[in-house]
Parts: sequence; C-alpha cells; structure tokens
Amino acid sequence: MSPHEECGVEEAVRLIQGYRGESVVLTLGPPEATEQLRDAMAMGIDRAVHLQTDGQEWDGEGTAAALLDAIRADEAANGPFDLVFFGNESADAAGFQVGIRVAFALGRPCVTGLKKVTLEGSSVRCEQEVEDGRDVYVVPLPAVLTVKEGLNLPRYPSVPGKMRARSKPVAVSTPARPAPRLELVKLAVPAGQGRRAESLGVGPTAAPAVVEMLQKAGVL
Amino acid sequence: MDSSDASRQALSLARKFGEPVSMRMDAFQPFAPDALAHAAAEVAASAVFAAGTDRGNDVMARIAARLGLPLAANCIAATPGDPVTVTRLRWGGSLLEEARLHSPRPLITVAPHAVPADAGPAPPEVKPGASVDGVQVSGHVAPSHGGVSLAEAKVIVSGGRGVGSKEGFAIIEELAGLLGAPVGCSRAVTSAGWRPHSDQVGQTGTKVAPEVYIACGISGATQHMAGLKGAKRILAINSDPQAPMMLNADYTVTGDLKEIVPAISAEIRKRR
Repeated sequence: MSPHEECGVEEAVRLIQGYRGESVVLTLGPPEATEQLRDAMAMGIDRAVHLQTDGQEWDGEGTAAALLDAIRADEAANGPFDLVFFGNESADAAGFQVGIRVAFALGRPCVTGLKKVTLEGSSVRCEQEVEDGRDVYVVPLPAVLTVKEGLNLPRYPSVPGKMRARSKPVAVSTPARPAPRLELVKLAVPAGQGRRAESLGVGPTAAPAVVEMLQKAGVL
Repeated sequence: MDSSDASRQALSLARKFGEPVSMRMDAFQPFAPDALAHAAAEVAASAVFAAGTDRGNDVMARIAARLGLPLAANCIAATPGDPVTVTRLRWGGSLLEEARLHSPRPLITVAPHAVPADAGPAPPEVKPGASVDGVQVSGHVAPSHGGVSLAEAKVIVSGGRGVGSKEGFAIIEELAGLLGAPVGCSRAVTSAGWRPHSDQVGQTGTKVAPEVYIACGISGATQHMAGLKGAKRILAINSDPQAPMMLNADYTVTGDLKEIVPAISAEIRKRR
C-alpha cells in the first residue's frame, strides 16, 4: 500500500473504532492487489471490494468511473458511506484526480491533501497543508476526502489482526477497461541529473572543507 | 495562476498552444476550488494549463470532472496536435511516461522545478464571474513550529536512519542551529517516530529547493530523492560510499556522521 492510502485506511479504522459502523476498502488493480486489501483488513477494515484488472494501465478517468460504479452498487445494497477516503495522488501514476472525479459524480463535497480530519456532528473539519500553515474547510457529510501521509501514524497490523483478515470477505468483480483518453505510450528512465560527487574527505578531518563549501555557496 | 515560479513554468508550456490568458488561483478570497473550477471551465480556451502544485492539481481535476475530460497531471513537456503528446513524471520523477492525450480541450498541469520559467510578458488576466456553491476555506491554522520552513529554506540539515535514534538528532539540531537551518529527515525516521512528519523531505513529505541540502545518514531512496529535485547542491555524509545518496550528491564526506557532524559544528564556531 502506498503511504497516502495507508493513512486513509488508518483514519477509517480509527473513526469506526470511535463512532461504530463499518469500513470497506476498495481498489482497482491486478490479482496481486489482494495482498494490499488483506493488509488493510489486518489493520482493522471490515471487508474489501476488489475491481480486478489484467494488469493493463487504467487512466484516471477510467479508474474513477469504475470506482464510482462500485461505490454506487455498494451503497444501493448496504446504505450510503458517510466518508470516502482517497490518497491525494497515487505514488506510481500521480494523476491527482480520482477522488475529485468520484466526488463530483456523487454530488458530494471534496477536500484534498488533508493532514487532519475531525468529525464535528454532521460535518467534518479538514486541515490542508499550505505554505504558511494549514487552511481549514468544514464540509457536511457525506463527503469525499483525499489525504496525505502525515495525517496519522498508521499501525502495524498485529498477528491476531492478520489472522482475522484471512476470513474477512473480498468481493471480486472484473470491470471492462474503457479506452484511455490519457493513453500511456511508453515509460523511460530519465537521464541522470549529471551530479558528479566531489569528495570533501573522510571522517571529521573533512570539516574545514565542508565549511569552505558552505561559505562558497553563500549559506554561511 | 499566481506569480510563483511554478506558474511561470506552466506558462512556458502553455505558450506552445496559443496566446494565453490567465486566471488567478486566488481570484476568489478565501480560496474556493469549486467556484474557481467553474469559472475556468467557462472560459472559451482551447487548452488549460496550471502549475502542478497542490492547488493547481486540485482545481484542474475539478475542471476535468466538470467538463468530463481527461487530465494530464505532472507534465514536463507537451506538444500540440491531435492527439496532444505529453511527458509526465511518475514515481516522484524516477520514471518518465510518454502519453497521448485525446481531448477536445487538453487539460495539463506542469510539474514544479522541471521546466524553465517563462520570461515573457504576463498574459492578460481574465476575472471570474459570480461565485458558485462549493467547498471553500473557512479558517487558518498558523504553523506549529517557528523558524524557517523546509520549503523555503536556503540550507537544510537532514537526518536518516543512520542517525540511529531520536536522541541522535541532537547533533543534527546543533548544526542546523548554527546555520539557521530547519531540520529535515527521511521517511524511515518519521516511521520510527523519531521526528514529526512535518520534518519529512521526499515524495510524500516536503519538496525542497535549498542552496545546500546536507544529508546525514540518508541512504537516498528514490522517494527521498524525489523531494530534492530543486536542491542546488547536495552534501552527503554517510559511512557507505556506495549509498545512492553518495552517488547522487555534489559533495560527499565518507565516515561516521556522529563524528563528522559535531566536527563541522566545531569548525563553524572556531571561525566566528
């Protein structure tokens, strides 16, 4: 699981422990993603929904559409979610859009990049990190929140947690992949940044050379 | 857009698509991303660009959702055409994605610190119309720690797993104090609970752009290096000369940071 999503899972587990209810973890990914769903359930999530792919790349639009369908189907069967958490952006594809698209389609407010989430009655108070501190938003439930690492310190799953996770339900479906309108052509490793390390020495005797470098750089 | 470097960088890609006009990120006060997205979507533009900052990505995703169009975020290159071709940063910049963007109105955000800033005249500004309902900022919390922020610091002293413990950061703090620098750290350190997440530098922490970044006992995982793309000079202090951080630095000192860092502090004191 990526750091942002792990914090979303942790927050959901804490909220359910504090307020009761049910938590569900949802992902779109290849069969191996089951492992991450089990990790989330070992942390305390109650059940999982796995939208299984064949490993092909899905763009942000397609991913959001599939998750939206799954959320709507789950809500029709089990009642509405008060909160839906997303990672602010995926660690690999960095699309910065899935949570916002789902929120818009559901007609629910969305606040992004959150470092603190507090329930206040039928509203949720959200803190978003900005250059000079944190901006605060208060939005009514139900809402969609995208979160960042630092929101909380996620727990390590306990051994009993891992045992329980094995018997928790995972609903699997295989949505059809729409033709991506942001279409991956190829991936490449960027050329090196051209940094050539210059050794200033070995051990504490390097200190004068370090101080001279700092002076030359204008920071001392 | 706003007046920041990131906006000027976005502008340099936008110019390839036609004569740009601009709308300010802070056109609504307080910041109201839904109203701003509504206003921007109303402008009859052939393409829309924004800086790939937190706010730029947020507002552009809202525009994409409203218009039902794809969004190419985190781009470092874009070429007009049908389809538009873009190059995007993935995995915090350690992989480049070449992609085709099939859209009647390309929506593109530009990764900060990745392309040169536009030096041309500021484009004419379009003022948004009436606000619409949506989320908006309703309060502000001042930063919990005083002093220079990581994002703006000229010099940063950062520690990794090699520092060894929470208490081990005393020598890092001492050197930082002498340089008027904030303390940074790697993800291993925050996960261990030695430092708060607000000190973390990297893909999921703060992205920094100092004159000098001093990395003490940091191995240099790609997720950490992703936060250092704006750093002018990197000094790595590490006992392992083959650590990725040592290979990606400008200057290195090989050895035990517990001896080297206090020696640097002593040298600075001696010269005052």
